Amino acid sequence: MKTFTYEKPASVEEAVGFVGAGTRFIAGGTNLLDLMKLQVETPDKLVDISRLDLAKIEDTDNGGLLIGALVPNSDLAADTRVREKYEVLSRALLAGASGQLRNKATTGGNLLQRTRCYYFYDPAMACNKRTPGSGCSAIGGYNRILAILGASDSCIATHPGDMPVAMRALDATIITLTPGGDRRRISIHDFYRLPGDTPEIETVLEPGELITHVELPAPVAGKQLYRKVRDRASYAFALVSVAGLVSVENGKIATAQLAFGGLGPMPWRDSRVEEALIGMAPSDEVFAAAADILLADAQGYGSNDFKIPLMKRTLIACLRELTA
Amino acid sequence: MHFTINGTAYTAEPDIRTSLLDLLREHLGLTGSKKGCDHGQCGACTVLVNGRRINSCLSLAVMHQDDEITTIEGLGTPEDLHPLQAAFVKHDGYQCGYCTPGQICSAVGMLDEVKKGWPSHVSETLGDVEFNDGEISERMSGNLCRCAAYPNIVDAIRDVAEAKA
Repeated sequence: MKTFTYEKPASVEEAVGFVGAGTRFIAGGTNLLDLMKLQVETPDKLVDISRLDLAKIEDTDNGGLLIGALVPNSDLAADTRVREKYEVLSRALLAGASGQLRNKATTGGNLLQRTRCYYFYDPAMACNKRTPGSGCSAIGGYNRILAILGASDSCIATHPGDMPVAMRALDATIITLTPGGDRRRISIHDFYRLPGDTPEIETVLEPGELITHVELPAPVAGKQLYRKVRDRASYAFALVSVAGLVSVENGKIATAQLAFGGLGPMPWRDSRVEEALIGMAPSDEVFAAAADILLADAQGYGSNDFKIPLMKRTLIACLRELTA
Repeated sequence: MHFTINGTAYTAEPDIRTSLLDLLREHLGLTGSKKGCDHGQCGACTVLVNGRRINSCLSLAVMHQDDEITTIEGLGTPEDLHPLQAAFVKHDGYQCGYCTPGQICSAVGMLDEVKKGWPSHVSETLGDVEFNDGEISERMSGNLCRCAAYPNIVDAIRDVAEAKA
């Protein structure tokens, strides 16, 4: 690990004052320290925000929840309000990592997790995300866990998270403090960037901008689920996953909010899929047509070709359950 | 830097990069916690921080100066075993033993999570949690055992969980 200087600010305002190209905030550290040991991340300065007052979950005036960025994954999954009204979020969190990691990993950090692409993790290999301009070893290499949607010629990495997939289905808003002291509210739908030819830039956050909260809107009616398909039964990243909230009225799908993990560089959502479902009587034909819309532009890279039929079958199975 | 480990105060001046695990093993001589992967994948380094189980390899020592840290050395002694230590001996919950301190610290934290009513990935509902062998396996999935003593580890943890209930 390269050495660094260490700061422990007493407030969020002080924390964002340490802005600099080589500066990283550290909270749970479960992903950042992993990457620092491999020298994939080599910050000059760590700003320890772990003791700041951002670990509360509060009710909002409009019936939603305001989740502090430092709320650990365990606590968020176990919160009674989340378990009762945002089951998809609780289920997504519980499907991720291990008990030890969920105790440490935070809400803000989870949103900013880096890809688990094998080549990003191996500094001996070419990776445009780790070393811009060096090339992409994943294209033409081992890419079982990598993207089938949203990739570019520069990068086919997937976002590894489960929690952000549920938050995208829930229309969450990310609240930040900028180095200039301004509060920003960013819809999760606008938060992540496609790789294009700058895969090293993953979100719309400015350098030094700090996530302070995530806001969930009031809960919606209907069934919720999070289904994760992976290579082993526990403690593995998603091959594909579905976060779904669907309601049925008078035999027809009334509302549908669907987000997908494991498919692309960000938690994936496609309004055309939901539009194809709303107003329809549930049937396997309708579900298959929706899946075909989702996957119309899907592209496999060899060892991840299987994700395309897997995603279709998984979505159909989830929609059966959500409309049963 | 000042640390409280197993109720004892320690002072050390490790390099800023030192993980909590390396502080324990290399600076304070508390070698019960083990280094397996050093990347949070195997769970051999599991310790309790303020009662919660974490991977000590994925945490900087400097960030734990105000915490109460419990390692395997703080749970029991050869003369007075912690109930989980006794249960692992009774059920032969190991072969080489390298993962055992992490397994036991993790199980202590896990049983406390169950006591608090936290659900898991395999819980049928998110309401009242039913505790069974499937729950033990899922909740302990962050602790690998290359000797594959898993059936006996589950037996040991079930024994202690039932005795507590």
